Amino acid sequence: MGKLINPRDVYGDTLIELGESNPNIVALDADLSKSTKTCKFCYRFPNRFFNMGIAEANMISVAAGLASCGKIPFVSTFAVFVPGRTYDQIRMSVAYSDMNVKLFSTHAGVSVGKDGVSHQMLEDLALMRVLPNMKIFIPSDPVITKKIVYLMAENKGPMYSRVGREPMEIIYDEKELEDLKIRRMLHIKDGDDLALIACGTMVKNAIEAGKELEKKGISTGIVDAWNLKPFDNHTIDKIAKKVNAILTIEEHSVIGGLGGAVAERLSETGYKGGFIRMGINDMFCESGDPRDLLEKYGLTIKHIVNQAEKMV
Amino acid sequence: MLHEARSGHTGGSLSAVDAIVALYFHHMRHNPGNPRDPDRDRFILSKGHAVPALYATLAECGYFDVGELLTLRKINSRLQGHPANTKTPGIEVSTGSLGQGLSFGIGVALAGKLDGKDYNVYVMVGDGETDEGQIWEAAAAASHYKLDNLTALLDRNRLQIDGFTEDVMALEVASERWRAFGWNVLEVDGHNMREILDVLHKADAHKNQPTMIILHTVKGKGVSFMENRVQYHGVAPTDEEYKKAMKELDELEKKILEKYEKRKE
Ligand SMILES: Cc1ncc(C[n+]2csc(CCOP(=O)(O)OP(=O)(O)O)c2C)c(N)n1
Repeated sequence: MGKLINPRDVYGDTLIELGESNPNIVALDADLSKSTKTCKFCYRFPNRFFNMGIAEANMISVAAGLASCGKIPFVSTFAVFVPGRTYDQIRMSVAYSDMNVKLFSTHAGVSVGKDGVSHQMLEDLALMRVLPNMKIFIPSDPVITKKIVYLMAENKGPMYSRVGREPMEIIYDEKELEDLKIRRMLHIKDGDDLALIACGTMVKNAIEAGKELEKKGISTGIVDAWNLKPFDNHTIDKIAKKVNAILTIEEHSVIGGLGGAVAERLSETGYKGGFIRMGINDMFCESGDPRDLLEKYGLTIKHIVNQAEKMV
Repeated sequence: MLHEARSGHTGGSLSAVDAIVALYFHHMRHNPGNPRDPDRDRFILSKGHAVPALYATLAECGYFDVGELLTLRKINSRLQGHPANTKTPGIEVSTGSLGQGLSFGIGVALAGKLDGKDYNVYVMVGDGETDEGQIWEAAAAASHYKLDNLTALLDRNRLQIDGFTEDVMALEVASERWRAFGWNVLEVDGHNMREILDVLHKADAHKNQPTMIILHTVKGKGVSFMENRVQYHGVAPTDEEYKKAMKELDELEKKILEKYEKRKE
């Protein structure tokens, strides 16, 4: 296993970097700055950091107000709270008002672990995907996390990004991501039989599963859907022409997230091959060690391999 | 406008309009020719359903043509049923889901402090609207950050949709609540221009605390059969009501103008 780095640390450090060169960068948090790592920005730029207390709804609209004056507010807390608790504030003050607010949430997914359902956000991508004007980015490793934070700061408009609680292995080197473009998924590997389209924490698992499938003689393509919205129809269309089996994998409900988005495109374009969405199957999970949870709820490398083998 | 649209919120527009007029014509620093001037004072209508009062004021100020007012709520109009900053010049943020405008105003006020700008931020909040928890999150945050460049105006017309505020969800003693949250609280007759203007100056001069101006108002103000009547919250006047209302308002206007002319002499 490669070196592990927590994407939350990357987020905090990148915010500082951005803050050094751009005085308009500000950060807001709701009493979780030590967990989301906006505390790093707070230590460096105390005047540009606003702790809004445990009051997420207020925090979102305050960020919109800051954005209306040219600030670039990064708003962080756990994903269960933003967007979970604040859908209407995001809809009205941010998305409909088209404010330059950057929502960067942490502790998304079931791998939050022992805190249980109250802290395991599995619906955020669905919530944000239905909002006009919203862009969605899901980092799959520490390197792309940094790229995404830069990209959010440098491009205008409402944006949402989510990372998990756990550290991540490095997938990319910076060079590979030099011309990362919005609405372009990342082709990690080509394959003729099967495509694994994954996002966030599941990209690493898809890569490992792909290696095992190749050993078994199944030519497996791997795609990192790091940019869920605007959605990259082009890449999906290309894959659909090439392979006869497509598997989406995400640490999110199978409804409304990556799997939902791919399904919508495939069904509208007449794809005839096999298609399965892997994710959390419309249920609340439970407390437990992250590894045990991913095992029980079917999101390990082994699960992907088994599912893929059944499809080809 | 509302009669032409055949829908909209009459009562809460009439209670709010005097304070809005006072702000735009006699108090705020703003430029209809440059609605995005970074140094402008900001007005945020948190009780977005009263936007007809704001549209009429913006039009009279020159943000857009008065004739456009009759397109309110119609297809392809810039004048949406509730405020939309992406469509209408002079609107700061989209509202209409109650409870969010004060928080937005805090963001604007914080940015003003960061940038060392001297603009003021005014947010009008409905009294029923203060049922919303977010209002109290904002109340705490504004005083925590000592936002003396922020002034809230509470349209205390004592009515919301389902009845009197004190019956639906009691909010008295409003002044004590806001004071307890660390605000400077001032109270005036929300239909007395002189009082409104005086109190706005006091609010601007107050240091280290945000100010809440409680405007004691009458829902449906100016139209006898609408005043204090809950059923005129969210309906436009019928043809007959419209004629009666306009007659009353025209007479009122005549009286005011006569008084004004007399004073000039
Ligand atoms: C969050 C939210 N809930 C409900 C409504 C529906 N609604 C529109 S106006 C209103 C009553 C508002 O009362 P108040 O703030 O006192 O306004 P006013 O009486 O001055 O018109 C309600 C419940 C809304 N617009 N937003």
